Amino acid sequence: MCVYPFRYICEKQSPSLFVESQVIKQFTEELDEANVLVNFHGEVHENRISEILGDVESKLESTEEDFKKQRKVYNILVETLQNLYHHTDTLANADGKKVVTLILGKQEDEYAILAANYIDLDNIPPLKAKLDKINSLDKDGLRAYYKEVLDNGQYSVHGGGGLGMIDIARKSGNKLDYHFSEVSDTFGLYVLKLKV
Amino acid sequence: MDPIKIEGTPKTPTVHFDAESGVLEIKGRSIPENAVEFYKPLVDWIGAYGDSAKPDTTVNIQLEYFNTSSSKCILDVFKKLESVNGKTNININWHYEEDDEDMLEAGEDYQAIINIPFKMIEMEEM
Repeated sequence: MCVYPFRYICEKQSPSLFVESQVIKQFTEELDEANVLVNFHGEVHENRISEILGDVESKLESTEEDFKKQRKVYNILVETLQNLYHHTDTLANADGKKVVTLILGKQEDEYAILAANYIDLDNIPPLKAKLDKINSLDKDGLRAYYKEVLDNGQYSVHGGGGLGMIDIARKSGNKLDYHFSEVSDTFGLYVLKLKV
Repeated sequence: MDPIKIEGTPKTPTVHFDAESGVLEIKGRSIPENAVEFYKPLVDWIGAYGDSAKPDTTVNIQLEYFNTSSSKCILDVFKKLESVNGKTNININWHYEEDDEDMLEAGEDYQAIINIPFKMIEMEEM
């Protein structure tokens, strides 16, 4: 049965590897179904990102009374989605499609976000080092690190230049809870959980 | 010199750069997937503006939110302004919504890097 709000995606794509992930399974089980605002699994591209963000924005406007929280959650989701879009490694058999999972749920006053994407095993060590560095810093340390990367003169093709995860950590105010698992000899699954 | 007039979209800000009045404004949201494309013409315009600038230039930044793809591009805009500061006397007004600490901090971060006077302006509603 298709449990995703974007049903047409489910029909075309097999979510098998993601669904088999214990981390994702557990995360979904802990959320009361009624409090799931977004449960997306499928290919991301620019139009799809706009669709999801539009959907999130209208849902937050109708369910979240605290305007500042509304904006914070929205901002973090923008960054998370664009991060997924720019950094997902495509599987050899996926025709260049970037397949990701994004879940947003609300537990009382707290929002829980899960983002998952495929990653080349070679890309795990540098990403892990960066996530560990971010997690080792307090609020002021994160701000200093952000400023350092902002002004380091290095640009990625899309202009972000390594600020995404630092920004997400700063805005969420919580540690980044990440998991890596191996899918094949060359690919792994990267799951990031956030609380806002 | 021709002004820049760009209407805002859900992902890109409204831009109004006017050499005649010496007022440069960026307002709204800036969350494009690729911000470099959007900001490069603005940076180029500022470079050209330096040669025929008014004695005083006011820069109004009133962003509701920007993504990290825009962060470095906005820094580039400020660095270009810094490079023409002297040919014209530049003042930057950084607007942020009441209690929006993230946006206030973002302005302070730029202020710490850029050697142009910044004025932080808190607004009730953007």
